[in-house]
Amino acid sequence: MKPPTASQIKGVINGFAHNSASLVIPILQAIQEKFGYVPPESLKAISRHTGVGRNKIYGILTFYAQFTTIPRGKYIVKPCRGTACHVRGANNVINHIKSKLNIEDGQTTPDYKFSLETVACLGTCFLAPAMMVNQDYYGNLDEKRIDEALKECT
Amino acid sequence: MIHFSSVNELLAFKSDLTKKADSSKTRIRICSTGCRAKGALKIRDAFHSEIKKQKAQIELVETGCQGLCAYAPVVSIDPLGIFYGKLSEKDIPMVVAQIAAQGAALNNHVYSEKGKFYPHLSEIPFFKSQKKIVLRNCGYIRPTSIADYINRNGYMAIAKALGEMKPTDVIDEVTKSGIRGRGGAGFPTGLKWKFANGYKSDTKYFICNGDEGDPGAFMDRAVLEGDPHSVIEGMLIGAYAIGATHGYIYVRAEYPIAVEYSTLAVKQAREMGLLGENIFGTGFSFDITIKQGAGAFVCGEETALIASIEGRRGMPKPRPPFPAESGLWGRPTVINNVETLASIPQIILDGGGAYAQLGTAGSKGTKVFALAGKINNTGLVEVPMGITLRQIIFDVGGGIPHGRTFKAVQMGGPSGGCLPAEHLDTSIDYESIKQAGAIMGSGGMIVLDERNCMVDIARYFLDFCQKESCGKCVPCRIGTKRMLELVTRFTQGKAETGDIEKLHALAESVRDSSLCGLGQTAPNPVISTLRYFRKEYETHLHDKFCPSGVCKGLFRYEIATEKCTGCTLCAKNCPVKAIAGEKKKPHTIDTIKCEVCGICVEKCRFNAIAPMPNKQLNQVKK
Ligand SMILES: Cc1cc2nc3c(=O)[nH]c(=O)nc-3n(C[C@H](O)[C@H](O)[C@H](O)COP(=O)(O)O)c2cc1C
Ligand code: SF4
Ligand code: SF4
Ligand code: SF4
Ligand code: FES
Ligand code: FES
Repeated sequence: MKPPTASQIKGVINGFAHNSASLVIPILQAIQEKFGYVPPESLKAISRHTGVGRNKIYGILTFYAQFTTIPRGKYIVKPCRGTACHVRGANNVINHIKSKLNIEDGQTTPDYKFSLETVACLGTCFLAPAMMVNQDYYGNLDEKRIDEALKECT
Repeated sequence: MIHFSSVNELLAFKSDLTKKADSSKTRIRICSTGCRAKGALKIRDAFHSEIKKQKAQIELVETGCQGLCAYAPVVSIDPLGIFYGKLSEKDIPMVVAQIAAQGAALNNHVYSEKGKFYPHLSEIPFFKSQKKIVLRNCGYIRPTSIADYINRNGYMAIAKALGEMKPTDVIDEVTKSGIRGRGGAGFPTGLKWKFANGYKSDTKYFICNGDEGDPGAFMDRAVLEGDPHSVIEGMLIGAYAIGATHGYIYVRAEYPIAVEYSTLAVKQAREMGLLGENIFGTGFSFDITIKQGAGAFVCGEETALIASIEGRRGMPKPRPPFPAESGLWGRPTVINNVETLASIPQIILDGGGAYAQLGTAGSKGTKVFALAGKINNTGLVEVPMGITLRQIIFDVGGGIPHGRTFKAVQMGGPSGGCLPAEHLDTSIDYESIKQAGAIMGSGGMIVLDERNCMVDIARYFLDFCQKESCGKCVPCRIGTKRMLELVTRFTQGKAETGDIEKLHALAESVRDSSLCGLGQTAPNPVISTLRYFRKEYETHLHDKFCPSGVCKGLFRYEIATEKCTGCTLCAKNCPVKAIAGEKKKPHTIDTIKCEVCGICVEKCRFNAIAPMPNKQLNQVKK
């Protein structure tokens, strides 16, 4: 995993207008979308572009659950820990994924293939317990379906 | 593409669509949004190739949620009126052949309840008590097609408002409808608009709250994915009423399809002149920006949402001033929920009076509920206010699966409460539900059966609120943490005498002294479970026993000899081989080996396996 270069980061930021505080979150979202995480080095460039202090940007970065400052895997496995999933056995699902990938919530496998991020609800509660892997939804999970879904990731 | 410069051009476009529409044509409507979690896109592709292969005259229409999501992936067939669910790729050739031949429905894929089959949509009990206003198009039209929306009277309400009504007339109509905000607090929408209309400002904003942070709720997701134009039209009407020129749809980033479809809908509306400058040549201008939330529950709170759009940490502010006076960038701002907005076009078209005919004295119209948890028909339902919880859970929802018993329904998410069986006849209206100890909330309804532990549910919500607390005020930041620690002690068998009282006192002070709705309502799940299920807390406290078999360490599983038929199903499924027994003879569980995963309990069809207190085990051992 090579971290993005300063000019790659600039490339993303330059797509946004200058000096607008309200663009800090969209810029962070764009960077995370592009590189999978927000490299801490990017704060300086965002600060210069938006005119918002680096400390403020750091505050925003850490406030919202969506952002991460460490590189993540190719596949983000997002099992739901929301209420509907909780009452239909989300804990078993999450534990199975943990033992299968051998990582804890928030961690990434050493080969950067998988990251595990539990989420509060995917809006797929009607098929609880549910999860997403990147942009794909999976419902009515049991161990077999989880194994199949993870196997699809190549 | 057409660009409407007057209302007449829109009307001409619509009558052209109506002329072309052919209702005798066979169409398969397939839910391709929420049902993706069960392979809807694969089914869609299979339909495409099979229709081609069989050279069938069938149109495939990709819709949003059709409501009966438990049967995902679902399809409905027009004009035959057949409903199919739980399809897999191998079923498609048969299904296409049946439809092409207009033969009898294939029973193994239709809705069934208590052994009876219901091939036709119109007979399915799930749909019978429903009344669709918000969901009028959801599941019927292509959410990606603005023409489909217009064909079903879409954008006729804004045409009517701009053509025939003054902003105050619009507000009067909405006030007359009696609609109250569906985002949770239930504030009258007409009044909110009236306030915002009354403040003078060169710039005003109109925001749609699509943050839907309540875990267990998916109403707003379904509307944004299934009928995004209805929300845009609702915003246009609201913007005209208050004098706003710019709007935002704030949608959670965890809903990628909702983001995609609402972005597309805004683009289409702009291209056709339904958003932008000088709409229909009336001089009214309004445009919309899509903002993605970044994963913070508290950002659903309106002042936090505003902070988030402004690019700051999403922390609530004390009110007043209310956003209607000083909101986004200090300008008058109205924030309405997705469902509220999707109702507005219908109110303008049919009149507030017609809407107010539905519901009760204090709660008008319809409400969408997301049914989830231990209920057969998990899915999306819209019912008139005033029907009872029992009707929703048992008639519409089809009751509790696997012959288990209803224990409670959790309403209103982390701000709500749990209502027990004796409140099943509570009427669905803001006041009755509040009086019973829950809240209407945004519409999440999570049904619990005897295998759910109420102390665990309380702990679950505290854990949620404590993690989501923005940390601005002490009672919420520290209080929820202390409450979580206390309740966790119950679930670990470490609670002491007096802890129930401590919990109660703490709950009340957090409720009374927090700044925003999150902290003020965070104790509700605790207060309501203490009110109705105090005995369960006491059993955890005194007997160190979790009678529902949830809190690990506070129970073991035992097979009741007289109930066990020796079917061996449990033994086959136990992941650690802890169950022994001969065929047709009662089985036993080796408590030392057993990891209390509960799989055997789910599998046993004779309800023979039940949690027992650990103490008893020790006695047996002695
Ligand atoms: C912690 C918290 C979270 C909220 N989350 C949402 C939400 O996800 N969606 C929503 O529409 N309203 C939410 N609300 C309510 C909003 O603050 C606001 O009342 C609502 O969006 C107004 O729209 P309405 O009048 O149409 O209901 C939340 C309130 C609080 C206190
Ligand atoms: S009550 Fe909680 S979420 Fe609301 S402002 Fe206070 S700390 Fe933040
Ligand atoms: S609870 Fe799980 S581990 Fe224990 S006997 Fe049943 S299936 Fe086996
Ligand atoms: S599944 Fe139930 S009935 Fe069958 S052997 Fe196990 S305990 Fe007995
Ligand atoms: S609670 Fe899991 S998807 Fe909503
Ligand atoms: S019917 Fe497909 S998500 Fe509801």
